[in-house]
Amino acid sequence: MSTAVAEGKTWNGGNEPLKASYGKMMMWFFIVSDALTFSGFLAAYGFSRFKFIDAWPIADEVFTHFPFLHGVNAPMYYVAFMTFVLIMSSVTMVLAVDAGHHLNKGKVTIYMFLTIIGGIIFVGSQAWEWNTFIKGEYGAIQTKGGNILQFGEYVEQDGEQVFKRVSVKDFAVINNHKDRTIHEKKNGLWFVNESTLPAYTIDEVVSGLEAHDNVLIRTQILNEEGEKTVLTRAESLKSLKDNGKLYVEGANLQVNEYGSPLFADFFFFITGFHGFHVLSGIIINIIIFFNVLLGTYEKRRSYEMVEKVGLYWHFVDLVWVFVFTFFYLV
Amino acid sequence: MAHEHKLEIFKGLVKFKSNTQKIWGVLALLSFITIVEVVLGIIKPESLMGYVFGMKALNWIFIILTIVKAYYITWDFMHMRDETPGLRRAVVWTAIFLILYLVFILLQEGGYVFRVYDNGYIKRDF
Repeated sequence: MSTAVAEGKTWNGGNEPLKASYGKMMMWFFIVSDALTFSGFLAAYGFSRFKFIDAWPIADEVFTHFPFLHGVNAPMYYVAFMTFVLIMSSVTMVLAVDAGHHLNKGKVTIYMFLTIIGGIIFVGSQAWEWNTFIKGEYGAIQTKGGNILQFGEYVEQDGEQVFKRVSVKDFAVINNHKDRTIHEKKNGLWFVNESTLPAYTIDEVVSGLEAHDNVLIRTQILNEEGEKTVLTRAESLKSLKDNGKLYVEGANLQVNEYGSPLFADFFFFITGFHGFHVLSGIIINIIIFFNVLLGTYEKRRSYEMVEKVGLYWHFVDLVWVFVFTFFYLV
Repeated sequence: MAHEHKLEIFKGLVKFKSNTQKIWGVLALLSFITIVEVVLGIIKPESLMGYVFGMKALNWIFIILTIVKAYYITWDFMHMRDETPGLRRAVVWTAIFLILYLVFILLQEGGYVFRVYDNGYIKRDF
């Protein structure tokens, strides 16, 4: 067809070069802009990581838990499971779209329902993952410079010396004559707040380290093999006494026992933003699910609405594929 | 209502009989890629730890596999394969060019800040 002699209307919505409905195209517009938002976040994560490239936490050592399996070292299995759940719910979504094209109300209902269930399992898993990350596991010491000192010991495993982490609560020597208690408004300055004191003072950790000859300190600096540097006994005592400032357990927006606080900040922000997308996706899916049940689309003789929420849902899956790679794999 | 699906993937190497079958086929492919990624991530083979273009070979593999997964999610689950080339290019090229540019700028600057720290102008090891 020659462009000069366009058939029908030229302006006012004529021609339709993209041959897609208004709703679908607007969904694609939104997806492109949202994709740019997410890539902005992930690129910012990359920036911070490149900035601390020799000291970034190793994801395999951070996310090692699996529900109901305590003390089992299971790096990444749970995230892999979550990824699979999300891909699976993408599949049920696209099957619902396909059933919609055949105007098969029963099948659309079943597949939409399964998609919603998949989404709920995913969000639940993410909540569990957050909870584990916030609670932490071994505890660590933050130094004056904001670096993290972790503790561990060498143990014999299959004839090899392997560095195993040791929990601070297993070696710290509790001093019952602490002169520092939590400051409360009712018995101190009424206009000053203080959050809970850390579980151990630096002195308690120092005397614990002195009392246990086997315990060594691991810094966050990566060596040539990509593992964190373990200090000698003398260096361990020295760095703790010189620089130790605060006992930290778990991760939040200020401190992170696994390493750079930025890692925790970006983890909460990016997975949180993605989780919020999943949540809103679930809510939209539920609305559409009830519309399907009520026969709204049956009356319209078109299930295009299912297709549009489907696009959004697949986009959420698409984003997760990237989050999975850049947070857990690379 | 016209809704033909293109049923070939891998440049026509595999052709499915129906759209439903294609969906399951793509699921199998995505699951396989995810399993490969997780296994590589856990084993971390020594042979893939060498650096290629400034990044570990293993990380290149992860990123390429991710893009492959993204391609099949967009093309088959989001039906990009069935849209007109105009819509496809408007969406995909816009996103790809802007993202590549953004990532390049930020990673470049991140590396620069690292070198400023590393060359000892700012002390951090305390």
